[in-house]
Amino acid sequence: MNKILAVAGGVIKELYRRKDFYVLFILTVLITLIMWSARFFNDDGIVRALKEICLMLIWISMLVISVTTAARQIPFERESRTIFPLLAKPITRGQVMLGKFLGCWLAVGIALITFYVFFGLISASREHTLPFIQYVQAVWLHWQMLGIVIALTLLGSVLFTSPAENITITLIVTLGILFIAEHLHKVAGRMTEPSATILTALYFAVPHLEFFDTQKLIIHNWPAIEWRFVSGATLYSALYTAFFLIEGHPAS
Amino acid sequence: MVPFSIAMQTILETKNLRVEYRSRELKQETKIALKGLNLRVNAGEVFGFLGPNGAGKTTTMNVLLGYVNASAGDAFLFDVNVREPIARQRIGYLPELTYYYKFLTAEELLRFYAKIFGIPKAETEKRIDQLLKLVELEHARKRPIRTYSKGMQQRAGLAQALINNPDLLLLDEPTSGLDPLGRMKVREIIQRLKNEGKTVFFSSHELGEVETICDRVAILHQGELKIEGRVNDLVSQYQCNLEQLFLKVVGYQPQA
Repeated sequence: MNKILAVAGGVIKELYRRKDFYVLFILTVLITLIMWSARFFNDDGIVRALKEICLMLIWISMLVISVTTAARQIPFERESRTIFPLLAKPITRGQVMLGKFLGCWLAVGIALITFYVFFGLISASREHTLPFIQYVQAVWLHWQMLGIVIALTLLGSVLFTSPAENITITLIVTLGILFIAEHLHKVAGRMTEPSATILTALYFAVPHLEFFDTQKLIIHNWPAIEWRFVSGATLYSALYTAFFLIEGHPAS
Repeated sequence: MVPFSIAMQTILETKNLRVEYRSRELKQETKIALKGLNLRVNAGEVFGFLGPNGAGKTTTMNVLLGYVNASAGDAFLFDVNVREPIARQRIGYLPELTYYYKFLTAEELLRFYAKIFGIPKAETEKRIDQLLKLVELEHARKRPIRTYSKGMQQRAGLAQALINNPDLLLLDEPTSGLDPLGRMKVREIIQRLKNEGKTVFFSSHELGEVETICDRVAILHQGELKIEGRVNDLVSQYQCNLEQLFLKVVGYQPQA
């Protein structure tokens, strides 16, 4: 475990010494503050719309940070040849991969908390309430979803040689799953065979990232989700994450 | 002086090591990088691994470090097959060029590798202090490696190779690209390690340097071991210095 943690520590250090996160965070803060400072006669609907925009910015920023951070890990090791002194130590390729995943996931988790704390404070300043449990559930589920995305990106970095290619493909696939996956079986119902079966199989095969989208919970101040559903979603994400990591594990 | 019992212990061994690189292109022939290499390095020796470019030195290093799997034959470090990661627990490796995380400082780099070896924290800090003093990087320990000169980076590399207090050091052209002062510093460190009884296996094109430091040498050419022996024995047997012997072995014909 020490070896995995050592690799993960390196990834976290790299992320906070780079400027990507700060740029995206400052951009989100600026856009949110400008919108928030505008006067809209304290209309509830407007406050909800602002929360929706701010959350959307957080989702986009986190997706970009996760994919770009994970996509450069393995290619960077190969290009800068740092993988050679690393593998000359008593560490397996699987441990390196797990360390990279853990590092990206923890780093993204820290960034996620920073974004949500900012969002929570701004939101509470207008609404004078902070549904803590809902925020915890939103952050947790968002983080689980990003775990799947990071594992998928790491798998991509083993399959595709160029990080740019990997980033583009992973972002398209992720956005595709987020917006289209839940409708696949409905579309399949209107299709003829064998397309209907293929689409249905695809519906059950892809990770349903939309399960983790809890934006409405916060926007509309809905009651917290039952914890058994949160646990189920956590298990679901763990299975997909493990599957992508095993697939991406370099054999030699 | 190395104790007799330790000196007899084989630290590094290759048995009929063969490596073939298969080309993905049709019509392209399979390249044979190593043709049944047999090597044996004993404890406490400084062993020079020589050969022209493309002779198979890097391939041998890559097999020993577990980057490349042998097509046939086996390689062992401390009697453990190199296919097992644990075989690398007691080795230190310095690559030809500096391949390190340049966003880390020297002490962070050493701490990172120490963690991989599972060295306890207190011991890690003690070793970091000792090693940075040894490679004369104490003054720059908190600066990111990207701000280092090439010589400083190479010395940081040497420090990382020593963090686990290895019994065997694999050095791939350790003085390549360094200025005379940098070369001298690295050479002094190798000499010191030799005096401490460490086993050093290093490849180099600097034959004068090899002649000075090494106990034994092996000359590889086109994937085959051509000559192996004690430097003094070879020099007296062939009545020439190491450079002349090397040129003779690789078939160099001086133009009239």
